[in-house]
Amino acid sequence: MSKQAQHWEKTRGLLIMTLAIWFVFSIGIFLFGAEMNDVTGPFGYPLTYWFTCQGSLGIFVILIFWFANRQEKIDEEFGFSERGDD
Amino acid sequence: MKGNFIDNLPKVYGIYTGGFLGFIIIMAIAESMGMSAKVIGICFVAFTVAIYAIIGWLSRTAQADAYYVAGRQVPTVFNGMATAADWMSGASFVAMAGGIYFKGYGYMALLVGWTGGYVLVASLLAPYLRKFGCYTVPDFIGTRYGGNLSRLLAVIVLTVASFTYVTAQINATGTIASVALDIPFQYAVYVGLISILLCSMLGGMRGVTWTQVAQYIVLIVAYLLPVFWISNKIGAGFFPHFMLADEVARIADLEQQFGFVANSKENLAMVPKGLAGITKAHSAVNATPWAFISLALAMMMGTASLPHVMMRYFTTPSVKAARKSVGWSLFFIFLLYSSAPMLATLSKLTLIDPSLPTGIIGKSVAEVQAIDWYQNWNQANLMFISDFNGNGTVELNEFFMGGKAVVLATPEIAGLPYVISGLVAAGGMAAAMSTADGLILAIANAISHDVYYKIIDPKAETAKRLVVARVLLVVIGFAGATIAAMEIQGILGSVIWAFDFAMSGLFFPLVLGVWWKRANREGAIAGMALGLISGFAYLVWVRNGGSGFLGITQLTFGIFGAAVSLVAMVVVSLITAEPNAATQKMVDEVRVPSGRTILGKQ
Repeated sequence: MSKQAQHWEKTRGLLIMTLAIWFVFSIGIFLFGAEMNDVTGPFGYPLTYWFTCQGSLGIFVILIFWFANRQEKIDEEFGFSERGDD
Repeated sequence: MKGNFIDNLPKVYGIYTGGFLGFIIIMAIAESMGMSAKVIGICFVAFTVAIYAIIGWLSRTAQADAYYVAGRQVPTVFNGMATAADWMSGASFVAMAGGIYFKGYGYMALLVGWTGGYVLVASLLAPYLRKFGCYTVPDFIGTRYGGNLSRLLAVIVLTVASFTYVTAQINATGTIASVALDIPFQYAVYVGLISILLCSMLGGMRGVTWTQVAQYIVLIVAYLLPVFWISNKIGAGFFPHFMLADEVARIADLEQQFGFVANSKENLAMVPKGLAGITKAHSAVNATPWAFISLALAMMMGTASLPHVMMRYFTTPSVKAARKSVGWSLFFIFLLYSSAPMLATLSKLTLIDPSLPTGIIGKSVAEVQAIDWYQNWNQANLMFISDFNGNGTVELNEFFMGGKAVVLATPEIAGLPYVISGLVAAGGMAAAMSTADGLILAIANAISHDVYYKIIDPKAETAKRLVVARVLLVVIGFAGATIAAMEIQGILGSVIWAFDFAMSGLFFPLVLGVWWKRANREGAIAGMALGLISGFAYLVWVRNGGSGFLGITQLTFGIFGAAVSLVAMVVVSLITAEPNAATQKMVDEVRVPSGRTILGKQ
């Protein structure tokens, strides 16, 4: 397999993982919104309420930075990262 | 000046922020010395708009690269701030807390949707479109799929979506300008428009970038300061985001104690249009899973398809920077979005808790009607009480408020000085202006670059192209203002439609352009045309009393449009010839960050 194909395979793997996490916190948990809201979440807020106010939003921020770092590592591994300016 | 300026950005905006805080303090002192509320409001709006105009003038340019993509040298963090301002519209600023206040959980799907979409932007699109090196989103479609028809269709989808959005923003600048400057709305709309054009006309994307950073700073200060102040003032906690659990629980108790009494039709007919009472639980789950998820999903896919956001990532120095910049964008958006529910909580508690001095539920109607702020906001048509049951006291179901009042009136209700209300007006103005600028620029750039330069006159010189771009900017601005002056849709309705239009026509042609090599021109054309048409048809059908299906409403019609777009694109691509070798090689190159941009090579 060419270097390029390997790079793309890993990139695709990272995408699938990123979208899986995204799916859980944007869609998955809200399938059980009513049940989850009876649980007390962080800082004492009802759990579903907390996810809609802060939880999911914050997780998305962290997820994007995590994704960006992982993708940079993949690019470096195959020598496809940009040189110079950043 | 250029290289120097980029290196000095933290210092420049540091001084700017300090200056702005200083201005707030001066205004506060002026207020204590007897400056009237009206003059303070005028000062805030005039001062901030003047600063934006100066930045716009300093950023003037005659180069295509600077005009279209700010010279591709905007650092990640600053691009994040600019994107956040670009993104957070007048609706986010003025109406979001109100939406949460009145509709609770069902509305909060928008918070999840308008943030979750950035994960799609970062992982599916932004870095690849940056590598492509395009000036506009249709530039990508036109080059990836080839042919003028695909380019033109992308321009059409972009225009429909962005224009729907921009009228709402100009409307919002008009609303704020008319309140702050005390002039009729029909004129205020044009005052707003001229302020918007001052930022973008001379410097294009470069001017918009640096004004948007300045606008972000104003809007975030204007949003957070009152939230923290109110929270401390009523003793709810010094850091509201982590400390309002008791208040949320208290509201749930009060809701139970008061009960949600349904008003009769005759009684509701007396309530002025646009005002609502508290009829939904604050923190309980009050929507079905599908209602919540479908709205969030539509907003997420729409986010990834809206060109004015995507084009912000064309301005970063590298592909790597584009990815990081998406993270910073969402971080800066998060600061405001996570505060909106806190403001809604504080606002509601301030108004309904009988144990707080500001609470009005349970007080006598005559007493409430004598309160200064009630009279002001009643006169502004944003508040109303009526003693339906004739017992002389205000009940939960007898108090009505406009959605905007949560942001605009809460500081006054909680007893904050008027300087805060002036600040909030400046923040709302900044939010609406920055979004309007990004949208008008997206439309004007697409028409000037993709239609005029790429299709009509490929030999046009830079100077001529930029003249066309600026003329279009003004024309589109005036068209938007004229429609805004007619006040057809509420602010939020048209904002949500823009997301649905964008995802109907653009989501899959963009995503598959990078992720599916087999996608070809015929498929993309079918996807864009059928997606937009079917989405639009569904909207018209539901608006005219159609029942809809699968619970897809007029707010989520993009789900139907995008599904049609996906099917059409895949089927048509597969029954027509695969893209030629040159196109396939181009896709391969887009997928790696290193090397020159695709368009830079041609």
